Amino acid sequence: MKLSLWTYEGPPHVGAMRVATAMKGVHYVLHAPQGDTYADLLFTMIERRPERPPVTYTTFQARDLGSDTAELFKSSVRDAFERFRPDVMLVGASCTAELIQDDPGGLAATMDLPIPIVPLELPAYQKKENWGAAETLYQLVRRVVPTTSSSETERRAAREAGSPPRCNILGPTALGFRHRDDTLEVTQLLKLAGIDVNVVAPLGATAADLARLGNADFNVVLYPEVAGLTAQFLKRHFGQPAVSTVPIGLSAVRDFLREIGATVGADVSTVIDQCESRMSWYSRSVDSTYLTGKRVFIFGDATHAIAAARVARDELGFTVVGLGSYSREFAREMRNAAKEHGVEPLITDDYLEVERAIEKLQPELVLGTQMERHIAKRLSIPCAVISAPVHVQDFPARHSPQMGLEGASVLFDTWVHPLMMGLEEHLLGMFRDDFEFGDGAKPSHLAHGGGEKAIPQKSEPEQAPVSATGSRETAWSTEAEQELRKIPFFVRGKARRNTERFATSRDIAMITIETLYDAKAHYSR
Amino acid sequence: MITTAQVQPTKSPDRSILRERGQREVFCGLTGIVWLHRKMQDAFFLVIGSRTCAHLLQSAAGVMIFAEPRFATAIIDDRDLAGLANADDEVERMVAEVVQRRPNLRLLFLVGSCPSEVIKLDLSRIAARLDSRMSPKVRVLNYSGSGIETTFTQGEDACLEALVGSLCAAPSDAHPNLLVVGALADVVEDQFRRYFNAMGIERVSFLPSRRLDDLPEVGPSTRYLLAQPFLAQTSAALERRGANRIDALFPLGAEGTTSWLMAAAQALHIPSHRARAVIEGPAARARAVVDRWRSDLEGKRVFFFPDSQLEVPLARFLTRELGVKPVEIGTPYLHRAHLAQELALIPDDSVISEGQDVERQLERCRRARPDITVCGLGLANPLEAEGLTTKWSIELLFTPIHGYEQAGDLAALFQRPLDRQSRLKV
Ligand code: SF4
Repeated sequence: MKLSLWTYEGPPHVGAMRVATAMKGVHYVLHAPQGDTYADLLFTMIERRPERPPVTYTTFQARDLGSDTAELFKSSVRDAFERFRPDVMLVGASCTAELIQDDPGGLAATMDLPIPIVPLELPAYQKKENWGAAETLYQLVRRVVPTTSSSETERRAAREAGSPPRCNILGPTALGFRHRDDTLEVTQLLKLAGIDVNVVAPLGATAADLARLGNADFNVVLYPEVAGLTAQFLKRHFGQPAVSTVPIGLSAVRDFLREIGATVGADVSTVIDQCESRMSWYSRSVDSTYLTGKRVFIFGDATHAIAAARVARDELGFTVVGLGSYSREFAREMRNAAKEHGVEPLITDDYLEVERAIEKLQPELVLGTQMERHIAKRLSIPCAVISAPVHVQDFPARHSPQMGLEGASVLFDTWVHPLMMGLEEHLLGMFRDDFEFGDGAKPSHLAHGGGEKAIPQKSEPEQAPVSATGSRETAWSTEAEQELRKIPFFVRGKARRNTERFATSRDIAMITIETLYDAKAHYSR
Repeated sequence: MITTAQVQPTKSPDRSILRERGQREVFCGLTGIVWLHRKMQDAFFLVIGSRTCAHLLQSAAGVMIFAEPRFATAIIDDRDLAGLANADDEVERMVAEVVQRRPNLRLLFLVGSCPSEVIKLDLSRIAARLDSRMSPKVRVLNYSGSGIETTFTQGEDACLEALVGSLCAAPSDAHPNLLVVGALADVVEDQFRRYFNAMGIERVSFLPSRRLDDLPEVGPSTRYLLAQPFLAQTSAALERRGANRIDALFPLGAEGTTSWLMAAAQALHIPSHRARAVIEGPAARARAVVDRWRSDLEGKRVFFFPDSQLEVPLARFLTRELGVKPVEIGTPYLHRAHLAQELALIPDDSVISEGQDVERQLERCRRARPDITVCGLGLANPLEAEGLTTKWSIELLFTPIHGYEQAGDLAALFQRPLDRQSRLKV
């Protein structure tokens, strides 16, 4: 057993739902108890989809156990087929049904339905949501792509001479972090490079579309967590190469185009030269100087976290002080990336461990998931969300991609937005005693929370956060404590930690104002 | 002038109920943890379950949780299923982790789930052993919130049933005392306590209590009032302890609240003029506030999908105080005895359905085209997209709706979707 307060990923059948819901003409019959129907709200409330996910739950109860849960499953399949008339049906079990071993795939196979049935084996006690999505897409594709012909090249319909190269875009699902917008953006980018899109899958695809996947020259793997497995299969089956650069950030967009150029044997240099994003000028503009060396902590799914680290370092001039992911399947990639940034990789799905890491590192900005947003809020550290798990505000009404040229500008805006504006930060540092600059003072353009603690309560000493050394043996004199409070709150944690570490290393029992400034001098370059 | 329950039944006692058995679209009992863990401030809920259970809790809790939650899931994994790990040891290890993280906790619930039940994990035995070791510092109880046993609010029922088992016996010569059963918003609890005290009922306690040390004693001297209609098992457990239920309408709306308060007064031998003197003002105020919404709601047709078991009392309130017409009142489970007074006030031409076959019910709903559809979160947006106006039933659990002072808010909850629909031009 593992104790869990919050989870980064749902169970694997939720991954399967993300694929089924993204597609058209697919229905999923899930052997599951009634409570598991909560998953519908992820799609109807969080993503605000106007229709129910195409899922029938058997909702068996205790009294059904041991008697006729198998029969219940079969009647659910029959009813769902009659009612929804899907082109293809997925069948499977959730965690509880896995234990009662009714074998949904076997049962459905005996029913002679006139459509393809794809049995899903998603081990709920080992695997998680992204794995489930990847496996579902793979099983679907395997089931519907033609397998008659033997030669690889024959299976791919020959492209007419002179027509532009074609690719598939693989990976976008329902409930994905900005998948809708990324797909649009990447399609435009490909158009710029003179590439036609054959099929986007699973988002918006039908089973018939999946059957046409072979008609493309290569595959673009937008979300390796979901589409990696399928891309490998398509490579084996059709000999389609996979373009695996994820175009998040300007440099990655250029690399993405280069990889495509190399894949189809085209010269893309002029296209790359045309690649302009407002973010590149904004980041070079003098106002952005204050972003230099901001210490940033990054956590998310592997793809988004690794991409964010590169953008943070190369395109915004931040310093990456922590990098991690909950995608254990991509631990190797994450370790490589962390090494490149000179930090220890944090590979965990334990929210508390991430919280401890952030507390210890005291970054100036957190780029994370909704979980890290909670942590950052508690620690009063600015935060922007870069990855699933998502909440309703991660589905903005406006077009807001993470990928492509527009995506690069969106990253600039959303990451810089939570920070203090340059001069504002200085003023706040200089005039700590202005009563309207209370500890709760937020960047002036962020209305919410600004009034929370507008009037600082100077009399009571601030409660010390968990000290870095873990020891409470070093005490703060009242004067030093007051002086500490004159340091802006967003660097105060770091100052406190450094001073305590400095004091401990020198066996100083009582921290005075002198100690504070000695420590400051010691740690500044 | 207050009329208590001199209400004439409008229909025959043996009205037919539409019984449905098919796909349900209702949360499981684990969901109750979302409000119970806020109500009981020194309690912690440890679900022994799967990743699905953990995901349900966090999805249902959503953004409502700002502080670190006082609940967690011990996620069962392969090793547990393969018998490689001893389940008792594993649960104990989880409990030790929780206790270490929460040194001030006094009451720990081990909450069973579908997986823990299917693998026959005996949580009651584990809880009893831990309890004998850790009490009185920490009491350890268990109940099931599993989806194969419980729907949505039945989780609270199971939790309170477990709590009843842990109550001390009241001495046999104890004075009659009043127990209010069912988690209420703190503000509502305080209002009710004030009314009871003003009537002269001094010995009032609430279950669940905010803190473990405030748990009441129970015995034949206990008269209890159900504040919620979904507490069948808790009620049975109280009866076994010798307590007696006071029958009344549920305290929703002015009429329900009056019936409920007056029934308590009568059961505890408070002269009715004294009780009336206390409630006359608030009741009139509540009626006046509710009346303000009447013109917006009168004649509107409402359709309830089964969710919280609050459906029947809500339909009664909407009918009697706002002139709303219930088309169908779906409920996951109909407790006829506890709802007898309520059912008597439901119009004959309203269909009452028990259980669910969601697809067929959706068809009925589309055919009926009600003005307001009360349903769960999974159905609301799809129905809105079809042009129906909906009200999320879960809001009725997460908002203070009981009592006089909330009667207007309750009416407003139903008026707001209509108001919104009439404003929008998009
Ligand atoms: S229905 Fe069962 S398995 Fe599903 S969340 Fe509820 S307790 Fe867990």
